[in-house]
Amino acid sequence: MEKVLKDIDFLIGNNCIKVDDLLNQSSYNVFSDITLDFLSDVSKQLLNSPFVREYPDVATFAFYCRGANLKVIKVKYNSDFTLMIGKGILFHIAPGNVPVNFAYSLLAGLLTGNINIVRLPTKNFKQVDIIVDSIKKVLEFEKYKSIFSNRIFLLKYNRESTATSFFSKLCDIRIVWGGDETINEIRKFPISPKSTEVTFSDRYSIAIIDAKSYLKILDKSKVAIDFFNDTFLFDQNACTSPQTIYWKGSIDEIRNAQEIFWKNLHYILVEKKYQLQPISSLDKLTMFYSQAISFGDIESEPRTSNLIWRIKNGSIHRDIDLYKCNSGYFNEIFISSLDEILQVVSRKYQTIGYLGFTIEELQAWIINNRPLGIDRVVPLGRTMDFSLIWDGYDLINTLSRKIVLY
Amino acid sequence: MENIEISKLPEILLYSLDKKRKHKFFLKQMLEVFDYHIHNCIDFNRMMTSLKYQKQDIQFVEDFPFIPVRLFKLFELVSVPKDQVLKTMTSSGTTGQNLSKIFLDKETSSLQTRILTRIVSSFIGTARVPMIIIDCESTVKNRNQFSARSAGITGFSIFASKRLFALNEDMSLNEEGIKKFLDENKSKTIFMFGFTFMVYQHFFRELEKSSQKFDFSNSVLIHGGGWKKLTSEAVDNATFKSQLNSICGLSRIHDYYGMVEQTGTIHMECEHGYLHTSEYSDIIIRNPSDFSICKIKEEGIIQLLSLLPKSYPGQSILTEDLGTIFGEDDCKCERKGKYFKINGRLKNAELRGCSDTYGESFKRY
Repeated sequence: MEKVLKDIDFLIGNNCIKVDDLLNQSSYNVFSDITLDFLSDVSKQLLNSPFVREYPDVATFAFYCRGANLKVIKVKYNSDFTLMIGKGILFHIAPGNVPVNFAYSLLAGLLTGNINIVRLPTKNFKQVDIIVDSIKKVLEFEKYKSIFSNRIFLLKYNRESTATSFFSKLCDIRIVWGGDETINEIRKFPISPKSTEVTFSDRYSIAIIDAKSYLKILDKSKVAIDFFNDTFLFDQNACTSPQTIYWKGSIDEIRNAQEIFWKNLHYILVEKKYQLQPISSLDKLTMFYSQAISFGDIESEPRTSNLIWRIKNGSIHRDIDLYKCNSGYFNEIFISSLDEILQVVSRKYQTIGYLGFTIEELQAWIINNRPLGIDRVVPLGRTMDFSLIWDGYDLINTLSRKIVLY
Repeated sequence: MENIEISKLPEILLYSLDKKRKHKFFLKQMLEVFDYHIHNCIDFNRMMTSLKYQKQDIQFVEDFPFIPVRLFKLFELVSVPKDQVLKTMTSSGTTGQNLSKIFLDKETSSLQTRILTRIVSSFIGTARVPMIIIDCESTVKNRNQFSARSAGITGFSIFASKRLFALNEDMSLNEEGIKKFLDENKSKTIFMFGFTFMVYQHFFRELEKSSQKFDFSNSVLIHGGGWKKLTSEAVDNATFKSQLNSICGLSRIHDYYGMVEQTGTIHMECEHGYLHTSEYSDIIIRNPSDFSICKIKEEGIIQLLSLLPKSYPGQSILTEDLGTIFGEDDCKCERKGKYFKINGRLKNAELRGCSDTYGESFKRY
């Protein structure tokens, strides 16, 4: 069977997809040498690109898929990959607003030896072009041509297209980024009975800061830059971006720490010239009043502009995740013990960005309490770091199959 | 809750108070209105508590807090017992799905009619006149739903000695009816009313196509509702006026700016093309970056204040419109008060981030 897809724009791959060829193409091993070489060459290609300096997100990706890094990741897995091969055909639906996300999804699909059909954001991003060009160039290398040219399809299509329906039926795993709304829409299109789905739904993330430890840190502007990268870099709209900050300590310590923390962040913001969109000021005001009506015990901390809105909560509210805003809207809550946040961390909670806690105490806290939510506990400044374990999925295991032989 | 009453709104000659007197009058009245809502609307009370609102902190009209209009879509904000609510007004706004809900009791509703009448009368006179409504009759027939459009038509109909709906049910122009109506009222001033985009799409466009000629040189048109639906046609106020004038001789055309959240205190466009505040309303332009007050001629977000809302806390709202104040008390039309223009709406946010809600979505497969 040959399917000609007219309303699809193939950035990589041929619009005449030979379905049988795809279905009969066997997968590669997980972490196969040829794949590591290929990704490593993509990395080199990217790092040589004249544009890479302008786009830190592209640089971060290029750095991530360096051969040396991938080898380290492989070793860290410490498993026997001999009988682990790709599931088959992956259909990735990338989010519309994070330019480089598709590349990480593809990377996971390639590392696990799969055929990858990736729907790119329809919006034009220079970052997407840079990465697509580099992959294209590497695909021209003689040693990869025959192997990868029928394994990577990068495409754009409009919502009117039948492509989603077509690829959903075809794929072994559908990977949907882009949040609840997108997932609900995509779920209207069935996948075949044996296929599975990996979805990245809307999540809520928080930060925990130990006030005393923060006050002892010498380089407070680094903390500010780290926090900026966690939040404002993506308009505080990434699922990993902290929305609420739980400050642990005595009231005096916290008050002191807050003052320095926010002053530094404001300074970094002004320095980095964060562009607040006019409507975002109204969004924050609306969210603040909505919270005031529902909670009854909040106050807004004094501010000099609409860049940073800080909401002081008199108590812990279990449904605080409903009052999620963006572009610099932070709820703050004083706690004296981490255990106090257990009551809020529902399944929707994804990342805790921490500062001033040790891995040992956090590990003990998790083991002792087994919170309902929380898939990642990472240092502040690294909440956006990509990992092959995401939202609780181990992508290497999820996207591959293990053959049992005994 | 304490029983707080607002004293009866004084009758003041419209467009007569200068800056200083207006401010004194408005501040005193508005303090009472705020007090009333703080004591009669639990939601508003919580909002003001979260701001640590204190009456004694308010020295100027500019000091009053403002609530974003979107809140009327998210909450049912009401300042009278629910059984006193006479009717509920709705408006869609931009987001589409959620409707603003405005709860009116007898007192607020009649106050709105009274002030609206006085404002419009000052432009078209107090005598009742023949009225042509640029809409179809079914828009007002549905009694259970008070949309902004039906409310506008009903509100303005109070000036009519008799009415004609200019559009048939299929939105085509009722040419015969209009012809007859014009003939019957030859010597009289005819009051025309309609929503801006209706006037343009279904009146002007139809006249363009029509083989008949109509003479509206004796008429005065009042229209409102905003220009958003006409931006794709690239029609601005000046084009709108000159096109209407050349097709049917209409020369007295007044736009007005009002919100369903503040029905009654509409802002009429004067002969020199500026919108005017009356004694019962005020406008403040705010800087989006920090909500500070913009200078004269500086563009910003429009805050509207009105002394009329009593059954719901709509007395000080932050709109999603952009506007510019051009001056106070010194418009060439000689009306006192602030005069201003609307420059459009705030753009939707384009955000980075994981969730696609703000960007492309798969909504319309």
